[in-house]
Parts: sequence; C-alpha cells; structure tokens
Amino acid sequence: MSTISKEDGFVVFDHVQKSYDGEVLVVKDLNLYIGKGEFLTMLGPSGSGKTTCLMMLAGFETATYGDILLDGKPINHIPPHKRGIGMVFQNYALFPHMTVGENLSFPLEVRGQSKSEREANVIRALDMVQMVDFINRRPAQLSGGQQQRIALARSLVFEPELVLMDEPLGALDKQLREHMQYEIKHLHDRLGVTVVYVTHDQSEALTMSDRVAVFEDGVIQQLASPSDLYERPENAFVAQFIGENNTLKGTVKSVKDGVATVDYGSGHLGEAMAINCGEAGTAATLSVRPERVDIGAKSNAQAVDAKVLELIYLGDHIRCRMSVLGNDDFVVKVANASGQKHLKVGETTKVSWAKEDCRALDA
Amino acid sequence: MSDISVPLVAADGTPLRKKLAQAMFKSRMRAFGLVLPLLAFIIVAFIIPIISLLWQGVHDPRFASLMPRTTEVLKPGDGKSEPTEKMFKALVADLVATKKDRTIGQVATRVNRELAGARSLFTSSARKAKKLEAPFKQSLIGVNKKWARLDVWQGMKTSSRVFTPGYLAKALDFKLLADGSIVREDKSRRIYVMLLLRTMKISLIVTLSTLVLGYPIAYLLSTLSVRTSNLLLILVLLPFWTSLLVRTTAWIAMLQAQGVMNDLFVLFGLTSDGERFSLIYNQTGTLIAMTHILLPFMILPLYSVMKTIPPSYVRAAKSMGATNATAFRRVYFPQSIPGIGAGAILVFILAIGYYITPALVGGQDGQMISNLIDFHMRKSLNWNFAAALGLVLLVIVMFLFWIYDRVIGIDNMKLG
Ligand SMILES: Nc1ncnc2c1ncn2[C@@H]1O[C@H](COP(=O)(O)OP(=O)(O)OP(=O)(O)O)[C@@H](O)[C@H]1O
Ligand SMILES: [Mg+2]
Repeated sequence: MSTISKEDGFVVFDHVQKSYDGEVLVVKDLNLYIGKGEFLTMLGPSGSGKTTCLMMLAGFETATYGDILLDGKPINHIPPHKRGIGMVFQNYALFPHMTVGENLSFPLEVRGQSKSEREANVIRALDMVQMVDFINRRPAQLSGGQQQRIALARSLVFEPELVLMDEPLGALDKQLREHMQYEIKHLHDRLGVTVVYVTHDQSEALTMSDRVAVFEDGVIQQLASPSDLYERPENAFVAQFIGENNTLKGTVKSVKDGVATVDYGSGHLGEAMAINCGEAGTAATLSVRPERVDIGAKSNAQAVDAKVLELIYLGDHIRCRMSVLGNDDFVVKVANASGQKHLKVGETTKVSWAKEDCRALDA
Repeated sequence: MSDISVPLVAADGTPLRKKLAQAMFKSRMRAFGLVLPLLAFIIVAFIIPIISLLWQGVHDPRFASLMPRTTEVLKPGDGKSEPTEKMFKALVADLVATKKDRTIGQVATRVNRELAGARSLFTSSARKAKKLEAPFKQSLIGVNKKWARLDVWQGMKTSSRVFTPGYLAKALDFKLLADGSIVREDKSRRIYVMLLLRTMKISLIVTLSTLVLGYPIAYLLSTLSVRTSNLLLILVLLPFWTSLLVRTTAWIAMLQAQGVMNDLFVLFGLTSDGERFSLIYNQTGTLIAMTHILLPFMILPLYSVMKTIPPSYVRAAKSMGATNATAFRRVYFPQSIPGIGAGAILVFILAIGYYITPALVGGQDGQMISNLIDFHMRKSLNWNFAAALGLVLLVIVMFLFWIYDRVIGIDNMKLG
C-alpha cells in the first residue's frame, strides 16, 4: 500500500502549501497520494494542520500553492457542493431543526432524488448504523454516540466515493469510542469508500488505518502502515509521538553496515540501528520501546546501570521508572509473572536491550 | 424498582415529596428575597401608575360626585323624554353648589366632551343660578334657551356614568348614547381606527425594513473576527450615544426639500430642481427616521443568535451538495429565526409606541396613535380618553404577542 504513485492516487496533494495570514505556512509542501478504497489517517498534535488539509480537500479553504486532485482531476476551482465528498464534522453538525430522517434526506433532496427513492436510501443508511428506530427524533434527543452514528450515516447516504472525518469520535467516552472505531472500520471494509480520517489519538490511528500520515508543524513526518510506524519510526518525533518510547542522547562514533556505534557520554558505548542519524561526530537520538528492555544483564546485548526511581502497579505489568544514562524518565515494563524478579525503589540493577531494538534517529 | 403506591420516605420518616418541598422552599424564599427590591420598585413606579392611569379609561366619577343631585334624578330616565321640573330643581341646586366650591369648570369640561359648546352654557348659567327661583324649569330656560334641548340632558346623562365604556368606544370610532347603546361614529368623524391601522402599518414596515437592512449586517458581524466585529458593533451602537432629538433633527437637515439628499438627487439628475422629493414631514420621513433609529434593536438580537450558529452547519450542507442559496435557505435561515423573532418583536413594540420622531418629522400623515395619546395628555387634557387609547394599544400588543406565541413560540425567541 505504501507505494501508491502520483498517477494512480485517488486523492493527490501535489506540492500543496497553505497560509492563512501570508506570513506563516500552516501546511508546507504537502505531497500525499491516497489510493482508492484506502483508509488514511492524518495524525498529529494540535495545530499541526490536519483540519486545514481536510478543509482544502473539502473545498472550504483554498490551497495557497499547489494542486489537489480528485480522481485525476484538479479540484482547486470546483466549489464544495460539486465535489461530492462526504464529511463528518467534529461536532457532528447535525441540523438541529430537522429530524434524523430529514437530516439524512437533505443531501438526497438537493440531488433531486424522488421521494420514494429518498425514503429507501434513508432507511438503508440508517439500517447501516442500526438507527432506524430514531428516524423521527431530533438530534438534541440523541446521545453523543447516537448523534455520531447519524452523522456517519448522513455522510454516506449519498454514496460518495470519498468521506472525510475530522475527529469524529473526539467527544465520546473511551468505551463508546472504541465501539465506534470498530463500526467505522467495519463500514469502510463493507462499502469500500475511501476515508480520510483526522485524529490526534494515536491508538485510534493505529487500530483503524491502512496508512497513517504523522503531521507535525505542517509537514508529514512519516507516512506508513501502523505497524511500520510503531516498529520502525523514521525520526525522533514519530518515535516519541507514537506509543511509549525511551529516548537517550548520544553522539555517533561510526556507522557501518547500517549499525551505528554511539557514545552515550561518560565513556558508555553502545550499538544501534542507523535509521536516520547523521555521520560520525553528529548528535543522535536513540529510541528504545519500554517493552523491549529487559531487567538484568544479557549476554548478547548491551547492558547499562539503572536505578529504580518509581514503581507503578498496573495489574498485568509493573511500570518501572528508572534513571538510565542520565535519563530519569526511562520506563521499563516488567511483566507481573511468577518468575519475575521483584524490584525495590532505590535499588540499582542492570537493564539491557538488543541492538535491533535500539534505533538511532535525528537529534 | 420501588412500588409506586408506597410514597418514598426520607431518612427521618417524612415523605420525600414533603422533604423536597421544604428544601425547595428555602431556596425559593432566597430567590424571592433577591428580586424583592426590584419587584417593589416596579410595582410602585410602573405597575400601579399604569393601572391607575388605564383605570381612568373606563372610570370617570367626576360628574357623578360633583353633581350628585342631578345624577340621582337622571338615573331612571331613558334620556328621551322631556326633562321635568324635578330634574331642573336638582340641576339648579348642583349648579349653585359647584359654583360655590369652584368645581363648575370641571363639570363643564366633562359635559363639553359629550356635547361641544356645553362649557359656556354651564359656566354662564352657574353664575346666575343662585338668583333663580321656582319654577326652575322656566327660570333656567329663561337664562339660556339651550336648557330646553334634549341633547344637553343626554350629554349630562352620559357624563353621569361612573363606569363608562364611552372613552373606549370613542377610541374605536364608536359613540356611547345616553340610553347606553353604542353606535358607529359618523363617517366623517372616524379617525382613530384609521390611526391605529396606520400605526400598525408604519410599525410593520419599519420592522421589515430593519430586518432587511439589519440581517446582512448581523451576518457580517457574526462571521468576522472578534476584534473587527466589536469595532463594527460600536459603530452600530453609535446612534445610541447621541440624543434621539439630535438624530431626528439631523434627519430633518438631511431630508428636507433643500436638504442633502435632495441636493444629491438633483446633482445626479434623479429629479429636477423644481420638483424635489418631499422626504420629510410626511409618512416617508417617519419611516426613514424610525428605521434608522430602531435598526440597532434588530441587529443586536440577530447578531447574538447568529454568533452561536457554528459555521460547520453551512459547511456540512455544502459538503452534502447544497448550493450557497440552498444552504442558506434550508440550514442557516431556520436557525436564525429566534433572532428574527426577538428583533422583530422588539422593534415592532418600540415602533408602535413611538412619538417623538413622528411628531418631529411625520407631518400630517406621519402621525401615529402615540401622538394622539400625547395630544390628549398634554393639550386637550382629556386623560380619560388618552388612557382609553393606551388601553386599546396595550390590548392590541398583547394580542399580537399571543399570535406570535402561537405561531412562532415565545420560547423560540432569543434576546441575548
Ligand atoms: N481560519 C484560520 N485563520 C488563521 N489561522 C488558522 C485558521 N485555521 C487554522 N489556523 C491555524 O493553522 C494552524 C493549523 O490549524 P489546524 O486547524 O489545521 O490544526 P489541526 O491539526 O486540525 O489541530 P487540532 O488537532 O487542534 O484540530 C494552527 O496554527 C491554527 O492556528
Ligand atoms: Mg482540527
């Protein structure tokens, strides 16, 4: 999936830039090719330009520079109502003065469908989200999750080929959110529509998407499948942003066959996969996932001293915060298994990791 | 689930409902205490004066209390038969008494309202009443022949009513006769219904024009950034900071025949110098000036409602394929209705009672019912009739409110 070219992309952002005030670029040279039927998520911290990208695609903002193509055709000059893109808004934007049924039949009405056609389509769409019984209610009489489903049904009822969703689950509680994630994903699989989804919840991005585009400051930091993103982050920002991560600072001593030898300072040397680090002599960030760190020295791995600072009991595992090579926030997950050694706060021990699990990234 | 038939009880055994009522009582008393000063002020300074003034519209005891004997003897009559000696005797006694305590003027004024020219008849006869001797019928008619006329006695009978529908009837172009029946006024004397209708018409046109002019402004304000919209809002409110009188006078300078507007019209060839438009001292002047003055009362509620309509609604509509016009008509406009309702009611009610502006720029056909009320309060000093006109206006406004509530719903209105 990660090899979609500009030519066969269903949605293409081609060198797109956007500035609201003529001074700051909110989106900087965005190149993004989205395949037909793909579920692509834009993930990033607040203010990183995700909504802006979505709004340019939907036609509510114009790109300052560059082209946006839909199905091979540039759409910069097509007004929003002619783009035929379904959209789910963060606050759902269900029309409060219309019933659920009227909300759903609105897009069909403006398309000039006959009454009987409309009724059938509305029922079909409501059935898809199991909300047929609520057809005569007003949005204010629905719970948050129900409104969300109606918004989803409304964005799909006119059978668009592309649906945009801007943090549609932001207002829901955790349980309902997980349930809705499943339902959206399920609908996507069933209908085969292309979905561009915006969230700043990384677990949501990982569970739902075919590919995730990690945004920061108007730039895509990495575009990859969820597993690649988690296991093979390409830079320090992505490593930090996706999942839990321990970072260590060091200087590259040498790079050979994709393996970097790193000086952690104070004479500690270690090896790491050279993913995105500079040449010898440059600073680098080393990234190790907490679950890849072992307590105690291992023969085939580098081991360093660690002092236990804090233990947090989490049932199936214990989070252990340690001081490692000057980093006081080094976290290790210790399985709560019968054979496991019990640590005490203040105790000094050794931790180790394989060089394959340690990634040398940009500083 | 607890059984419905068994009342729930609180921990100390009292029924829950009672306990709740006790708890609520305290907070209600507190709330009541907070509004009490204002309530007292409103009752003393607003409600009581208004009720006592409106009361005069149907209650006029002056004649009855000043001329008790005449009132007594007039009571059984139907106002159609010849006055008897007994009636003349009572009348002369009352004239003597009112002359003595100098209240004859009030009596004369009262009867004059029913019968033009009655004032001098009463005052001049009262001066000579003391010297009159029986038979009073002859001697009084000797003083002034008019006393033999039936309509004088009918006027007195009508005046002697303490509770009278006469003023209200007059406010609706009807006439109360001596025998208590109510008939339409002669065609030439019907003016008040026409004036009421004109007042409604002017208020309605002003309301519509403020809506048409204010809606786009309010929309613009609601879409701009807070800084700019606050600045523009100050401009909208600017007229409030100048005196009403100054603004109205400014309109005179603008609109008069040799005024700025007409000069411009002539300059652009819209009219010739000889036939300038008459934009003031007529209904046009009233409409222009009132629309200007009441515009902020339309813009503010509209703005406060529009500000709360998230732009995502219109965007959603467009993303579903609606054109700009459809999105406005089907989605934006319905949600701005509470603001329209509030603004329209506010402007209409202010307009219906407006009088300074029509008085200054309205000329003859730009006068409204309030100008008539003002006239009767200050010039003709017929407070009873002014009160009756006010009462009619109040009832009409209440009725319109009721209609509004039935059609749009009062809870659908949003003032801020
Ligand atoms: N209409 C606007 N005018 C000016 N600046 C804007 C406008 N909309 C967004 N911005 C700026 O553009 C940047 C990106 O905004 P955007 O809404 O795309 O962020 P986002 O990634 O969606 O964030 P969030 O996760 O908080 O929704 C922000 O710095 C924001 O301040
Ligand atoms: Mg956003």
